[in-house]
Formats: sequence, structure tokens, C-alpha cells
Amino acid sequence: MKTLIQNGRVIDPANNIDAVQDILIEDGKIAAVGNNLKSTGATIIDASGKLVTPGLVDIHVHLRDPGLEYKEDIVSGTRAAAAGGFTSVACMPNSKPVNDNKAITRYIIEKAEKQGLARVFPIGSITKGLAGDSLSEMGDMQEAGCYGFSDDGKPVTSSELMRRALEYARPFNTVIISHAEDLSLVGDGVMNEGFVATELGLKGIPWVAEDAATARDVMLAELTGSRLHIAHVSTKGSVEIVRAAKARGVPVTAEAAPHHFTLTDEAVRGYNTNAKMNPPLRSSADVAAVQQGLADGTLDAIATDHAPHHIDEKNVEFNVALNGIIGLETALPLTLNLVRAGTLTLNRAIELLTCGPARALQLPVGTLSVGALADVAIIDPDLSWTVETAAIVSKSKNTPFIGTTLQGAAIKTLLGGRIVAEK
Amino acid sequence: MEFRHKHILGINELSRDDIVTILDTADSFKEINSRDIKKVPTLRGKTIVNLFFESSTRTRTSFEIAGKRLSADTINITASSSSVTKGETLEDTARNIEAMNPDIIVMRHAASGACHYLAERINSSVINAGDGAHEHPSQALLDLFTMRQHKGSIEGLTVAIIGDIGHSRVARSDLYALNKMGAKVRLCGPGTMMPVGIEQLGAEIFTDMNEAIRDADVVMMLRIQLERQGKTLLPTLREYARFYGLNVNNLKLAKPDALVMHPGPINRGVELSSYVADGPQNVILDQVENGVAVRMALLYLVSGVERGEV
Repeated sequence: MKTLIQNGRVIDPANNIDAVQDILIEDGKIAAVGNNLKSTGATIIDASGKLVTPGLVDIHVHLRDPGLEYKEDIVSGTRAAAAGGFTSVACMPNSKPVNDNKAITRYIIEKAEKQGLARVFPIGSITKGLAGDSLSEMGDMQEAGCYGFSDDGKPVTSSELMRRALEYARPFNTVIISHAEDLSLVGDGVMNEGFVATELGLKGIPWVAEDAATARDVMLAELTGSRLHIAHVSTKGSVEIVRAAKARGVPVTAEAAPHHFTLTDEAVRGYNTNAKMNPPLRSSADVAAVQQGLADGTLDAIATDHAPHHIDEKNVEFNVALNGIIGLETALPLTLNLVRAGTLTLNRAIELLTCGPARALQLPVGTLSVGALADVAIIDPDLSWTVETAAIVSKSKNTPFIGTTLQGAAIKTLLGGRIVAEK
Repeated sequence: MEFRHKHILGINELSRDDIVTILDTADSFKEINSRDIKKVPTLRGKTIVNLFFESSTRTRTSFEIAGKRLSADTINITASSSSVTKGETLEDTARNIEAMNPDIIVMRHAASGACHYLAERINSSVINAGDGAHEHPSQALLDLFTMRQHKGSIEGLTVAIIGDIGHSRVARSDLYALNKMGAKVRLCGPGTMMPVGIEQLGAEIFTDMNEAIRDADVVMMLRIQLERQGKTLLPTLREYARFYGLNVNNLKLAKPDALVMHPGPINRGVELSSYVADGPQNVILDQVENGVAVRMALLYLVSGVERGEV
């Protein structure tokens, strides 16, 4: 089976390509990239006036499968991914049971291979049951197909255990993903500490709760020489800590979520539980610093922290609502907003959504090199659409962007050369 | 006189004119409370539910008396006797009460924003009787009423509010109310109890209580919430009383005719010495008395009924 994508503006940052070209796909792989490609019997896709990029890569999602399928499952989550232009997702281990052993890892991979509409790269837990007590069988899980380890949602509180996790991971050349949060500083905070929290009478979470933990984990990576990835960076201080660490050669990478470069804690006004997440929406200075970090290379990836929750878990008083929002279907247009604002070049934006995240986790995706998997997004950067609850593909609808008109969408998503989503 | 609010969720949403209307209405109701027969038919046939998810004696009793004196039927529901312990959501509790067609729900809840949540989901009027650390509008209104009663006008007064500002819904509502009425507000409390950015709400921040109360017209002492203070906010109540307590000595720094106020219940010997709590400048029981008239005014105004014979 052959497909020829013609006359699109091909942007493949991994190969420094930005040109109007054709892409020929054969047997699920990229067969050729070039001008005036010809192929007899190929299905033709006319991409004139559109962007053709590697399928997008999201290294931070919660698929809620196994165990929490009332929020999302591997099928619905990967369908939402495909709708948003994503062909690869890395799923966090806080399912029920936790992905802390190879049986769960295999379950996720096999279900995704059989029924999924995107590639799923599982992340195993650092500690058994996310309990923060003892290390999970990382070697076993890596063999089974895990691409990194994290206790996401919970920090590894013990500094000693975090050190051991980094040391243990090093010979396996896998990455430890830090959910950086000092819980004693978080206390019972429910939103960013600041003027808005004071006015609303809600308990605040100070920036230092994130920065202190980021600093600790960066120093532990420096001590051990192990690969560290900082998840969902939301503060100015954490951006600066990562920037300084990279400058002195610490093997650290980092990601930021679209909501953290788009919204401030002002979005919480009205006690909007769809603006409640962890880390919380921060100040405008933090938003600016995260944007700057994405532009200057301090941050390597845009990752959504797609966190589906049932309406019953959000339709409650603010302080008891669960943390998190869905993100797969809105990440691309929110990223393109930064291009339109002049913060990012288009090439950098695509890099942050493709080879940047793939490199951070060493995933075998994110490029259009000849021979690579034919995961492709065809993007109309100008398509204007309004986020509507009924049109959301994910099982859960918890997003603060409902009613917002966004610009840009994947009009075709190809997974291994097969069209898995179309607009 | 026009009052268009269906709900009373916070002082922040009221205008200066609204506040004056409420205080003037309360003035006209106050006299009823000293009659032999303390009852007028204004809200006859109306049903008021006092839905209290947090313990309260003063506020709940005050709202109940206010409703009864206006001839409304008042029903009290407290968390311990409600469905909350059975795991019912706030929305379901509210809808069940709504199904019985009350006219006004007066709610107190530990979660900031709970009254907004309720008001968005039901048809009855909602009066906030205290939501978390957010607002306590009827308290601020009775504070204003008491200041106006003793000082004639609120405009130009200097009011020092001392204590746990961070956890206090009274402090926030008083701050909004006093600013709208043209008073100057000073805030002072332990460093652990001053919320970030509070000065942006229009207050002057003091670290030294003596400076905060110097030449003040009103000294408003907040209750130290023994149950909420936690382990980390204060070393001891003894030290708190020394640095942030009002006593006969530091009270001399305020104007000689300064009022001493407190939303109650007071901790004698902690934020207020007994000599001050029972002294000539205290108007604490006036606050309680005025609370009934102010709450009658709120119930009447949100009900939207025509004023009959009073």
C-alpha cells in the first residue's frame, strides 16, 4: 500500500527540512521525501497550502487504563490523540493497578497495538504502587517496553530514594521523570499562591514548592550523572534552574504544558474547577518565563499532561475537585498561538511537538526520515474552530477552553501510513 | 431605593448604594426588635432554609430570629443532621432542598466559593453566611451598621483589623465594605497569617500592632481560630496575646472614643483582655444585636416582596 502526500510544506525539524515537497509512504514507512515524486498506484493526498509534519508526540498523558476507564481508556485516549494530530503518547503509570510491573506494561502495549489509534509508550512507576517506599522493577519493565519511570502525580518525597532511583536507572540508560513538588510546602493548597488566591479565599501553593523540588532533583542528576526529565514546568524559577543545569552539562530535559504557557491563575476566578490542576496555573511572569524557556531551548518539549476526569469529579466545590485537564485536542492550536504571537518560530513549535519530546524519552518516532515510521500530521494552521463539549473526542470533557475559538488543527493524522483521524 | 440582587454572595459584588440601602433598611427594622410583639408579616408564607455545613451558634440563630420576626417559616439544617455524612454531593443536597421550593437558602460552608456554586445551580435566593476564607457579607454589614450607629458616618474612619487575616472571611468582607464606604483600613497580624497580595485589596499593612491601632477610630479584633491554627502558624497563644492582643494599655494608643469590635466568639485573654472585652469602648454585643436587623434587611431585600405594614 502506497500513499503520496503532495505539495505540502514539509517541516521536519530533526532533518532541518522546511520546504514544499512530496512524501511517499510505502508499507507504513517513509519511502522518499523530495520534489515531484511519482508513484504508480499510490493514493494521492493533496496537501497544498498545508503543513506536513511528523505525527505529534506527547510524552505526558494519562490514559486511565487499566482501572479508571470511566474517565478514559486506551482506545478513547488514543482516538483523542489522533484527533489532535498526535501519533505517539507516553502514558503515566498512575492507573489502577499502577504500572509498576511488566504485566501491566504488556497489557497497555498489547491493547494499544490491537485497538489503539496512536502508538503508546508506557512510563513505569519509580516506586512500587507509587508509594514512595521501594523501587519498582525498572529493568524488567524496560524490557517489557517502558520508556521512562515516574511517580507522576506524586513526588518521590525521600531524597535518598530519588538518588537511588537515578543511580539504578543509569545502567539501563533510561530516564527518570520528576514530578517536582515539595508536599510540605504545598500543604492543603489548591491553587497558585498569590493575589487571586487571597481574594478568592483559597489556600495557595507557592512557587517555591515546585522550585525547591526541581532544584533537588537537578542536583541529584548532577551527582549521579543519570538522565532526568522534569515534567510540567510551570514556574519562572524552575525554568531558570533547568537553564542553569543545562549550561553546566547536567543531563536534564524538561517539558511544559499548553495551559501553563497560555493561562494564568486569573482563570480560576468564579471557582472554575476546569482551571484546577497540579502544578497550578501561575502568574503572568511565570507564563512569560515558560514561553521564553520553550523558545530558547531550556524546555525540550510541549507535553499536555492530558488528565481526563469525570464530570462528577469536577462538578463539586473547588477545594475538593480533582486536579487536571484534558489537552490532546487543544495542544496544537495553543502552540500555534505562540507562533502567531512571535514567541516561537514555526519550526521550533513543531520541534517541541515532535523530535524534542521523542529525544527526551528516546522514542523511535518524531521524524520524517526515510525509513522512519510513516506517522504524519497534515495541519491547516489557519483553520478556525470552537471547542465544544459535544465535539470533544476524549471520554472526559474537563477543559477550561470550552467555548474558546482556536486557530489551527490537524486535518489528517496518519499512523504508519494509515489515516486515523480526519477533519 | 432600588435593590436588584437575587443573591447575597459577597460584599465584593455590592455597590456602595446597595450597602447604604441595606443599612437604611436595617435601620427601619431595628425598632421591631424592641417591641413587645416582635413580629411583622412582611415575609409571611416565605420559606427560609438555614443550611449550615459548619458549626455556628451566633450567625445561625441570628438568621433564624431575623426570619421569624418577618413571619417567614425557617428551617435549620446542620451538617451533622444532613445527608452529607451519607456522601451526597452539595449539588444533590441543594437540589433536594430546592425541590421543596424554599424562597431563600442561607448557607454556611467550609469551602470558599460554595455559595457561588449553589447559586449557579438552584432557583432560590442564596445568602452567604460564610464560605471558607472567602466572604461573610452579613457580618461585614452588621459591622458597618454598628460603626454608623456610633460614629454617625463611616466615611473617613480609620479601622484597624488585627489578627488572622489569612483565614478570615470577616477580614475580606470588612475590607471590601469599608473601602466602598470610604473608610481607611489597616491590617496587622503575625507574618504567618498575612495572605499574599492583600494590600492590593486596598489596605495598609502594619507589622507592629501599636502602630496599627494608633489614632484608629475602630479596632476590630479577629478571633484566633484555635482549631485551625495548626502547629506551624504560631509558637504559643501566650506570645500571640503579647504581640497581637488588645489590652487596656495599647488601647490607649487608639482615639479615646475608639470602638472595640469583634465578630465573636471571643477568646478572653488571647486576642482580647477581659478588661477590654467588658470595657466601656466595646460594642461587641451591639454588633450581635444589630446582626438581627441587618439580616432582616437582607432577607427582605432578596425576597423582592413589597414592603407591607412594619
